[in-house]
Amino acid sequence: MTLLLVERLAKSFGAVAATRDLSLDVAEGSIHAVIGPNGAGKTTLVAQLAGELRPDAGHVLFDGRDVTRLPVHRRVRLGLARSFQISNTLLSFSLLENVALAVQARHGHSFRFWADASRDGRINAEALAVLQTVGLADRRDRLASEVSHGERRLLEIAIALATGPKMLLLDEPMAGVGPEEGQRMVEMLRTLRGRVTILLIEHDMDAVFRLADRITVLVYGRAIATGTPDEIRADAAVREAYLGEEDDELVA
Amino acid sequence: MSADTLSAPPRAVRFRGALLPLALFALLAVVPFVAGALGQPFYVSLFTRIMIFAVAALALDLVLGYGGMVSLGHAAYMGVGAYAIGILSFHGVDSGWLQWPLGIGAAALAALVIGALSLRTRGVYFIMITLAFAQMLYYTANALSTYGGDDGMTLWGRSSFSGLVKLSDARTFYWIVFAVLALSYLGLRRVVASKFGRVLRGCKENERRMAAIGYNTALYKLAAFVLSGALAGLSGVLLANHTEFVSPAYMSWVRSGDLIVMVVIGGLGTLHGPIAGAVLVLVLEEVLSKLTQHWWLIFGPLIVLTVWRAKGGVVRLFGGRA
Repeated sequence: MTLLLVERLAKSFGAVAATRDLSLDVAEGSIHAVIGPNGAGKTTLVAQLAGELRPDAGHVLFDGRDVTRLPVHRRVRLGLARSFQISNTLLSFSLLENVALAVQARHGHSFRFWADASRDGRINAEALAVLQTVGLADRRDRLASEVSHGERRLLEIAIALATGPKMLLLDEPMAGVGPEEGQRMVEMLRTLRGRVTILLIEHDMDAVFRLADRITVLVYGRAIATGTPDEIRADAAVREAYLGEEDDELVA
Repeated sequence: MSADTLSAPPRAVRFRGALLPLALFALLAVVPFVAGALGQPFYVSLFTRIMIFAVAALALDLVLGYGGMVSLGHAAYMGVGAYAIGILSFHGVDSGWLQWPLGIGAAALAALVIGALSLRTRGVYFIMITLAFAQMLYYTANALSTYGGDDGMTLWGRSSFSGLVKLSDARTFYWIVFAVLALSYLGLRRVVASKFGRVLRGCKENERRMAAIGYNTALYKLAAFVLSGALAGLSGVLLANHTEFVSPAYMSWVRSGDLIVMVVIGGLGTLHGPIAGAVLVLVLEEVLSKLTQHWWLIFGPLIVLTVWRAKGGVVRLFGGRA
């Protein structure tokens, strides 16, 4: 069943077309990767799916609903959450609080002016469980500014997970992460398979080909091919337009 | 360690953090007795005024220190609260039961309208638009010729509370203002630690992140703005009662700037900071303005030095936690 359906999406910045006539469907429970060279419009695509940018044309259907014009926070409530390419956590808050805020958002509005939020046992317990999922439970009381880059990448995903999403938009979760932490990230994402649908934007080809059920290749804002990892490896247009000199990486 | 105590600071740290606020309130509590012993009733009046401005500075700190919204028009909400008292008094309504809620309500309403429009902008534009709205209210007050125009107007008297308390007694009034300040301080401590406060602090640090986890950030910021406006209105209600006079000068943008100075010098984003800031600024103003009419020549460098040497406000010099 299709969870996310993108129909003929288009977005231009002045004369530059960042997204052109882009269609895409992501099956529920799958990991769908979007790859493409720099400037292919991957981050612009995520911004439109998350609701931070409004497309010029086309539609985004999520879970059978047209969300093209919904603001970010409404989409999150429907179960469409994102992580950021550049870690975007609350640096002066503890890891637990970063996640607790997302849990708190899922529980409904926060117009509660009196009781101490940090002593809400139910929220803290749920937040701790999410930190456990990504392997950060022992760092819960550290401030986000104090942990390593790789840990902050994991926190980024924990925050998105804590919103209780049906689907995660992961914008380059491996960006700037060393091989060891990258491995940890791949393992963690693998544990999420089936539990939550993932749209994965990633530069790390190795990770993409290990994780993805399907891959869409974006070049200059256009989807030039979609298929299984094997189909993409074999696709002549992909090899020519995108992979070219990076041939080795693809066969690896 | 159980889940519900995860983020609570250790008892010792919390106690140390409470020392400075306690010292501040202790200082304010002995003022009437010291003034009595010295035969200087003027000090009671001076510190009443200081505490009234401390309430307004607290209100500003909620939006500035916790919400990251630089409002350069907070004197306007004080002014609206004060004018509500003045206008009702002019028409013979002197009951505090009516005056006070109406003063607070009028300021909250002004903050709702101004906040809803201003919060569509960011950064420097937000500063400009809050200033512009405050100036509009300032000139409106100037144009109210029935109510004294630019000369302002003297009140018939202080609010009456069915003979329950006599605000005209300087000491009684002092303790009422003291109680308002203490309750505002304790109430806001709860608010900033609550779920609402946590969302507000999150918005200050990273609004985009807060939207990305499902918060309608504009709504939370607006709620804080209205709450802050209402509290500033209450301080205006107190000010009108204290001076038994209202004038457009209450809303001048210089006054709004003074409030920012109090919050920043005292300690942005700490609640005892603005109280310390109000004490510091108004005592210095009192002392220095006796020395010379160009007292800003001394006060200015002092501000520079404080901001430079004590980033985060004077209260952090004492090692108190935020």
